[in-house]
Amino acid sequence: MTNPNPGKRSFSLPSTMESVSEIEAAAEKLAAEAGIDEDERFRITMAVREAAVNAVLHGNDYDPAKQVTANFENNGKSLIFAIADQGKGVDWEKLPDPLAPENLLRGTGRGIFLIRSFMDEVHFRQLEPGTELTLIKHLTPAAEQT
Amino acid sequence: MALTIASRELDGVTVLDLSGRITLGEGSVQLREAIRDLISKGSKSILLNLGDVNYIDSSGLGELVGAYTTAKNQGANLKLLNLTKKVKDVLQLTKLYTVFDVYDDEASAIASFK
Repeated sequence: MTNPNPGKRSFSLPSTMESVSEIEAAAEKLAAEAGIDEDERFRITMAVREAAVNAVLHGNDYDPAKQVTANFENNGKSLIFAIADQGKGVDWEKLPDPLAPENLLRGTGRGIFLIRSFMDEVHFRQLEPGTELTLIKHLTPAAEQT
Repeated sequence: MALTIASRELDGVTVLDLSGRITLGEGSVQLREAIRDLISKGSKSILLNLGDVNYIDSSGLGELVGAYTTAKNQGANLKLLNLTKKVKDVLQLTKLYTVFDVYDDEASAIASFK
């Protein structure tokens, strides 16, 4: 395997929609640098955006005193996106199933479902205070070679 | 790119040509206001042309559902036209594709309201 061009980026941002856009752009860049094709890049970027929106909106509730932190890494085998808020935390296992007939017409509740659908692994960790979501996409052999 | 919405009338159907992204903070509010405006003016047949919408997030999906239920509750019909592959994929994944009437060509969509 050639040098996988490992890349790491860490940043701490205010709880704003501009931060969501910044995180989304950084994820897109990391995926593009890893040689991931456009369709897969779209899915990865969307998952990361949903995680960032969760952190800013549901986690920190747009509180300017609270930060969103993001740690992105390409370790040569996977792309890892860790996004943390400083909110109260949520029991992720108790979120309603957005595909259930009774939930299909709900206006909210699809973000975590999309994240889980688009990524290979999703991990939740309670912080003191806050929640960290770690999204992992395994690199295919072709992408690993770039 | 933020969402832009252009409105036109065709055989009694209000067609909204949407272009850009339907996401939290970028298009959700515009779409909600456009639908509410149409409903308040008495529009009963609304066709959302999504041919130039290349991105929708969970908030945007929520707005589409909200538009659909708002229209239905007011006795109006809301249908979708010209889904891009990315939007279609997300609608299928979330099973919302089964909720909406979706059309690939405008003439058929317009005719379906009669």
